[in-house]
Amino acid sequence: MSERKLPPFTELGMLSLALIVIGGIYLSSHIPQHVPLGLPIALLIASAALVAVNLVLLSRVPGFAWHRFFQVGKWALLAYLITAGLIEYAFLRNHLRGGPLVILTLSLLVYAVQVPALIAFTVARYDTSAGDGVDRSLAHGA
Amino acid sequence: MAEITVPPAAAEAEHAPPAGPLEFEIVPLKGLPIVAVIMVLLVAAIASNKLWPLTFFHVAGGAAWTIIDLFLGLVLGPIMGRMSVPARIEFTTKLMPKMVLIMPTVVTATLAAGWQLATYLGTNLTSNPLHGWVVASMIVVGVMAILALGLLEPANIAVLFELKKPRPNPVIIERLMKRFIYCSGILGIMQVATLVIMTKLSSG
Repeated sequence: MSERKLPPFTELGMLSLALIVIGGIYLSSHIPQHVPLGLPIALLIASAALVAVNLVLLSRVPGFAWHRFFQVGKWALLAYLITAGLIEYAFLRNHLRGGPLVILTLSLLVYAVQVPALIAFTVARYDTSAGDGVDRSLAHGA
Repeated sequence: MAEITVPPAAAEAEHAPPAGPLEFEIVPLKGLPIVAVIMVLLVAAIASNKLWPLTFFHVAGGAAWTIIDLFLGLVLGPIMGRMSVPARIEFTTKLMPKMVLIMPTVVTATLAAGWQLATYLGTNLTSNPLHGWVVASMIVVGVMAILALGLLEPANIAVLFELKKPRPNPVIIERLMKRFIYCSGILGIMQVATLVIMTKLSSG
């Protein structure tokens, strides 16, 4: 089976997730004390930057199955926006305010984009149909 | 002594993927209303902020999550690895769509109710003597979440899409299933750490 050269999308995506998880644990473990926000902000920015870098690198792959990426990604996005909404509701229910709320909300946004992107990428990387319903598995030497 | 030989065509069939697209739903639509009901009840439990519903969702969800991970990773995984390709494919098409709904629901219920329960009991406050154990549980769950969301869930969905193709590629299925089973095994082992932490937290 021959394969196209693809960027390390899964690895970068997992690193991006790890950064917001570290930031989230750091913030949560300080409750109710004052939390220095420098580290979580830096982790959030780095995580969001990795999402952007990942998508830019992927956009440069010739012949990538974007139709499949978006087909899977939109439903996964809906599902993960619901779970992110539930977590956000738990934060608001517990009267989280100010800087920590903003950082955790933006972290949830990164999570809600990154996880569907990982799912969509894993499906689309093996796609052989090019959006016209024709199976091209043999054309890729599969 | 009579020798039994397997005809080449039969031996080939045992290792070959199915000829046509398989009939199954990647996301079982019948299960969505059940998921919706659980989510509504979860929101109600968090909104009520009462001990029993929060404990129920956290313990029931956590028990399901732990047992599924342990069973899948340490019992079913090795069994699946030894199955013939057609048997494994049939098993996969029946198991994996259910996992697409069950795991996110169970994990969301466990974590959301767990955080609210920790807030209710005060165990997530730095002043609480068990706070270190709560932070340890967050770290374990964080690592498990990264593995599950980054590797396991995408492999689960991708293998179902591959099996839906007119000519599924056995190499891709094998690769994705290996990823799923190894990942489940690691998560199963990590769940033992969760059990240690949670039993310590509940016994004080």
